[in-house]
Amino acid sequence: MRHRLQFAGKKLLRMILLLLGVSLAAFLLMNASPLDPLQTNIGQAALGSMSQEQIEVLEAYWGKNTPPAERYLQWLGSALRGDFGDSLLYRRPVLQIIGERLGGSLWLMVSAWILSGVLGFLLGAAAGWTRGKWPDRLIRGYCLLISSTPVFWLAILLLLVFAVWLGILPIGLSVPIGADAASVTLADRLAHAILPALTLSVTGVANIALHTREKMIDVLESDYVLFARARGESKSSILLRHGLRNMALPAITLQFGSISEIIGGSVIAEQVFSYPGLGQAAVSAGLGSDMPLLLGITVVTAALVFGGNFIADLLYGVIDPRIRRRAAHK
Amino acid sequence: MNPILEVRHLSISFLQYESGFRRRMLTVIRDLSLTVLPGEIVAVVGSSGSGKSLLAHGILGLLPYNASMQGSILYDGTPLDPARAARLRGKEISLVPQGVNYLDPLMTVGAQLRKGERGAEIKKRCREVLARYGLKEETQSLYPFELSGGMARRVLISSAVLQSPRLILADEPTPGLDAQSAGRILGHFREMAKGGAGVLFITHDLDLALTVSNRVVVLYAGETVEEASASDFASGKLRHPYTQALWKALPCGEFTAVSGAQPYPGEIEQGCLFAPRCPHCRAQCTSGEIPYHPAGNGWVRCLLSPQEEE
Amino acid sequence: MIEKNWNSRKSAILFVTVAVLLLAAVMVAGIVFSTKAMQTDFSRKNQSPSFSFLFGTDWMGRDMLSRTLAGLSLSIRIGLLTAVVSTALALLLGTAAATLGSKADAAVSWCIDLCMGIPHILLVILISLAFGKGFIGVVAGVSLSHWPSLARIVRSEVLQLRQAPYVMTAEKLGASRFSIFRRHILPHLFPQFLTGLILQFPHAILHEASVTFLGFGLPPEQPAIGVILSESMRYLTTGKWWLAVLPGLSLAAVTLLFSVTGNCLRRLLDPASAQE
Repeated sequence: MRHRLQFAGKKLLRMILLLLGVSLAAFLLMNASPLDPLQTNIGQAALGSMSQEQIEVLEAYWGKNTPPAERYLQWLGSALRGDFGDSLLYRRPVLQIIGERLGGSLWLMVSAWILSGVLGFLLGAAAGWTRGKWPDRLIRGYCLLISSTPVFWLAILLLLVFAVWLGILPIGLSVPIGADAASVTLADRLAHAILPALTLSVTGVANIALHTREKMIDVLESDYVLFARARGESKSSILLRHGLRNMALPAITLQFGSISEIIGGSVIAEQVFSYPGLGQAAVSAGLGSDMPLLLGITVVTAALVFGGNFIADLLYGVIDPRIRRRAAHK
Repeated sequence: MNPILEVRHLSISFLQYESGFRRRMLTVIRDLSLTVLPGEIVAVVGSSGSGKSLLAHGILGLLPYNASMQGSILYDGTPLDPARAARLRGKEISLVPQGVNYLDPLMTVGAQLRKGERGAEIKKRCREVLARYGLKEETQSLYPFELSGGMARRVLISSAVLQSPRLILADEPTPGLDAQSAGRILGHFREMAKGGAGVLFITHDLDLALTVSNRVVVLYAGETVEEASASDFASGKLRHPYTQALWKALPCGEFTAVSGAQPYPGEIEQGCLFAPRCPHCRAQCTSGEIPYHPAGNGWVRCLLSPQEEE
Repeated sequence: MIEKNWNSRKSAILFVTVAVLLLAAVMVAGIVFSTKAMQTDFSRKNQSPSFSFLFGTDWMGRDMLSRTLAGLSLSIRIGLLTAVVSTALALLLGTAAATLGSKADAAVSWCIDLCMGIPHILLVILISLAFGKGFIGVVAGVSLSHWPSLARIVRSEVLQLRQAPYVMTAEKLGASRFSIFRRHILPHLFPQFLTGLILQFPHAILHEASVTFLGFGLPPEQPAIGVILSESMRYLTTGKWWLAVLPGLSLAAVTLLFSVTGNCLRRLLDPASAQE
């Protein structure tokens, strides 16, 4: 038990250090940007008509006069106390905006994450099982096709087919236009989330399926499956008893490793469907040079990714007897 | 007595990819013949990495998808096609594989032995069989990585005898064990043979093979060159120059090695494969097919040994 | 048998040649049509695809086929550039981590973990912003964000090579670090480099398009596919499907061609790793 806690503690520490690294890297990158936040947000013409004092006030607001090191330390100091600063675009605390937006995105991401994980696992396992035969060819073909397709184009295509031509699903946003919050039903929300979630799932499947297929083939070519067959175990027994058991570990790695991809995909899908989620906020923040918000989003999404890896590591310790027993022996 | 296993003119080849899309057939086992009678141990001796394991896999109908097999295998007098092999393996035919990596790394020993069967009966049998090989009850709850080399070997043997098989294919069951432990493991095979089962003992170690088996089949570069009874070795009745050389290389022989190395599959296309290293090589040895023919109480593939007229 | 196998190799080489020629032709055609891609003609605006305008025209009467070709050409050129840069970077950092001692290794591994922690598209956006968006921004963004996974592979490959008996022997015989690297390690990395490079193309092309689509890449004046598709969004509800469908389809086709050619080449170069 102590060993397990030590292991978790070490991982956690590394994760925190990595997060610090991410925040610093993101800060430095944004700081290096030659794009002038004043010009992007107020415009050359408007700036020209302003007095020097007005410009100075604005510059102070956008943080142009403080040296970068000091600004980062200031940010870090308040971030550690739970204050990520105020968004320049929305003029509200960054964390508040991230909270709202994450609420909207979470639906999307979790459903796509589960759907693509389950579907990808099943398709990959099926392809590996039927290696070289037509189901395998079909699934591999699909994966190759999808991984060659730009995500945003796929989103546009789905939008065109289901929203414009068939007219069965709404075009964008997360609620009907003009509806007040009280009258929005769960069905409305669901209908608006279907297309973005579908886009994310369809693309997420390809990667997971291809990797699962490879693992499946590895398992089927292993010595222990050969021996199981030599001992007369049936095909179903080999699949259920040995196949799934040995696929569980790589599946966990894949599933938790795909968080980053799902978030990345949601940035694009939300943009196409004007879905007011975290991804769309990231794009707006980037385009509007809203440094506190973009920094906040980067740190929060990186925390999600690292958190996923952390959970995967812990699950490994629980599932893999080689880790579990060794820990117990110590 | 009718043989339990008869292998006639068996060849196993692989489709191999060379650079790019070029492929070629690689014949790993060529024209192999042998018989195993109930109650006897027949050793197949060939050098490491010569694809001997494929013989066992071929008999079980478990060749990889890019391999193909010619020749015939008879089990209990009837052809053993893949479908029949699938019905018999794990029941009448058992495999004892090389090592611990033939056990599922994520499953306990007990669960693997039971093969998913439930009930008190199978549990009792597992306990008995493990006890027979000196393994405690607790072994069942261990994972393969927790077994020592010797324990793993005994677990693998337990799994083979769990169903009281009539034919046991032992594929290098003792590598990495010291002489004493190896001797103990081989003793278990002796017991199985006494119980009436036929044992095909595949190994690279002639010395070991001679201590336990009744007859020895010698492979050279994937081809059977001689079948001799174990007693022929000590009494100097060996027929093939390679077998003689193998025997001489042993400590109990003259301990002298023959120079050169075995050719790769496909390197020599006709004639005797041993010809380049053979001290008795003659002109007619390097062309045509050398027939495998009976000689005395054994078989040999050599022109030196006179072919008996049938 | 031999005859047939020879043919399958020959046909693979033929396929790769045709694919490369096709991609080169698209690249050149795009450059040739780049002025035509910008020509506006309001007398022929919003036309659906026809024989004279295979891909139709947009709201400014620009020929969509020329625009698509110009966009594909840009994509291919940026794809080539970024794939080469990121693969070289991966190779450099991967070998550095594996050969320059534990501190360098820790530093590179740290960088890899860090880059992999930020969702990819977000990282590209951040780097592109740092370089002021535009052509430089998107090239920097894509090339500086694609190296980690390949670097990780190169690192473990080199570590494995260093443990190889012949390298150990050379070390014991007193060969210098550099000569070991040049004579024993570099030749093994070459196929890795080539396959890594080939497999980077599709990713690089897709990421360039995505980042441009989001507004962090090539500027709106350029006829990039990302720009074209982003503009097409405004006309979707009015039924101008061709603005989105055809350019996107062409980009997918080009990417697919790159992927298939890459797999084919990989099989020609490294048969052991691609047995199917």
